[in-house]
Amino acid sequence: MEFPADLKYTKNDEWIRADGTVGVTDYAQDQLSDVVFVEIVVSEGDEVAQGDIIATIESVKAAADVYAPAGGKVVAVNEALADTPEAVNEDPYGKAWLIKLEIADPAELDGLMDAEAYEAYCKEREE
Amino acid sequence: MAMKVREPLISELSAPGRRGVRFPESDVPASPMPKDLLRADLPLPEVSEVDVVRHYTRLSHFNHAVDINFYPLGSCTMKYNPKINEAVSRLPGFAHLHPLQPEETAQGALRLMYELQEALQEITGFAACSLQPAAGAHGELTGVHMIWAYHQDRGDTQRNKILVPDSAHGTNPASSAMSGFWVVEIPSDERGNIDLAALKAECDDTVAGLMLTNPNTLGLFEEHLLEVIETVHAAGGLVYGDGANLNALLGIARPGELGFDVMHLNLHKTFATPHGGGGPGSGPVVCAPHLADFLPGPVVVVKEEATDDLPPLYGFRMPPKSIGRVKSFHGHFGVMVKAFAYIMMLGAGGLRQVAEDAVLNANYLRVRLQDAYHIPYNRICMHEFVAEGRWKDAPDVHALDIAKRLMDFGFHPPTNYFPLIVHEALMIEPTETESKETLDAFAEAMLQIAGEAHTNPEVLHSAPHATPFGRVDEVKAAKELILTWE
Repeated sequence: MEFPADLKYTKNDEWIRADGTVGVTDYAQDQLSDVVFVEIVVSEGDEVAQGDIIATIESVKAAADVYAPAGGKVVAVNEALADTPEAVNEDPYGKAWLIKLEIADPAELDGLMDAEAYEAYCKEREE
Repeated sequence: MAMKVREPLISELSAPGRRGVRFPESDVPASPMPKDLLRADLPLPEVSEVDVVRHYTRLSHFNHAVDINFYPLGSCTMKYNPKINEAVSRLPGFAHLHPLQPEETAQGALRLMYELQEALQEITGFAACSLQPAAGAHGELTGVHMIWAYHQDRGDTQRNKILVPDSAHGTNPASSAMSGFWVVEIPSDERGNIDLAALKAECDDTVAGLMLTNPNTLGLFEEHLLEVIETVHAAGGLVYGDGANLNALLGIARPGELGFDVMHLNLHKTFATPHGGGGPGSGPVVCAPHLADFLPGPVVVVKEEATDDLPPLYGFRMPPKSIGRVKSFHGHFGVMVKAFAYIMMLGAGGLRQVAEDAVLNANYLRVRLQDAYHIPYNRICMHEFVAEGRWKDAPDVHALDIAKRLMDFGFHPPTNYFPLIVHEALMIEPTETESKETLDAFAEAMLQIAGEAHTNPEVLHSAPHATPFGRVDEVKAAKELILTWE
């Protein structure tokens, strides 16, 4: 399982890069199993607050809401995921980015986990 | 076990000109259909009566049903329901009633509804009842609307959130959101109870209520139930009881006496209507005195007391502050007849034995399986328990593989991947209607599968082997849904 060092992580298994790119983690896709549907519920230009719902991901096992790891303005939405939901399983940190944010307050990222802490958090839940 | 032959589609059985029925020559003038509604290319199958009967009878053999074998589908209470209840609900006096006929001409049906209301109140310890809601989640929505109406009526209008534990039924947050409330999830502690500290942190003057499933979806009785209810009440909130798991409590604990304010019951799980058959269900709502005026209506009341010469006159009445109708006519009456017959035949002692046997059966299976399967909240359970379908030394085996393999033994799989708080969840609810022999046969199958997971995992990955269809491609089915022929 991968935990890229340049990302920050939430307890709800989202990741965010310093440039504002947001997605769900390798652990999240592994738990969900085969993803069959991705619906991004925000649009370019929307303002979101930390913790707002930005997307719903559905797999053969479950449906999960995805929350904004930080607040800010939505500057891009990954439209391609609607047709290629399997990208969430194949490339959660790359092709399967969900939205890009203009982060309003970079200090919000300080409250998130780094890769090491997030990896420990995932291990702990596996016990 | 059914033979592995592919059953053709009904359209594939079609032969031009074949008919099930031949109509006599028309002896009245023809009244043609409008031309724009006529279609020459409508691909309707042309088949004989025997083609139709055999086709659908064969298909019915592919189905699993509680009349065929054990059906331990957790959270669904797939008990065997005595056929006499079906027979009673089909009596012409019940089945041929029209919902609009005058009350005076339907006194028997109204008496049954009235006495069912009274019986459900007696069983649950509540003061009032409405039989309107069509099924469980509808009952939830109704109850949450009543909570909203109660707060509005008191002018307590800032209450905008409902608390829902993460071990609740999945419909609870949906019912709260559909009623216009914010939903706040409360985590479970390490024993599967509500985390009291987390609950207390959310209990302020914006709490409208808590939705509590007890026993919860782990099959566990909330150990701090009274404290949980007191905490919510102290903050001015009400407590909604999800009665879907009432099977575990019948005749033993009365939710109304435990402090719940309002609750729905699933007549189609607990009281003798099959669950999961596509309906109809019935989800009556029972409540404490302070919510009685808000019940959906009309409810059945005694309009004129009995005299020396006459029985009481029953009729419909709208509660004074009712949230209104939630269902056309009077709810699903046939389901009420079955429930009433079931309750009257079992009586108080029989209902208590339902709960005792349901709990005993679940605990028997839990203990028989606990050495082979990890059971994360392993304590005395109520009517169901949740095992994990995974082993560290068999990392490729998942709950889904175990579920599919069980079909080879003729059993319906347990609910899997729910509740979400257990990894690879297998939620097992045997119900009270199963014998020890059936439970043992199921336990032996589960133990054999646990062994295969370690010695021959491939037999699990490729299961089921003995069913008319093998493993279906669920991803493809979800992504490339084809609903039409040709």
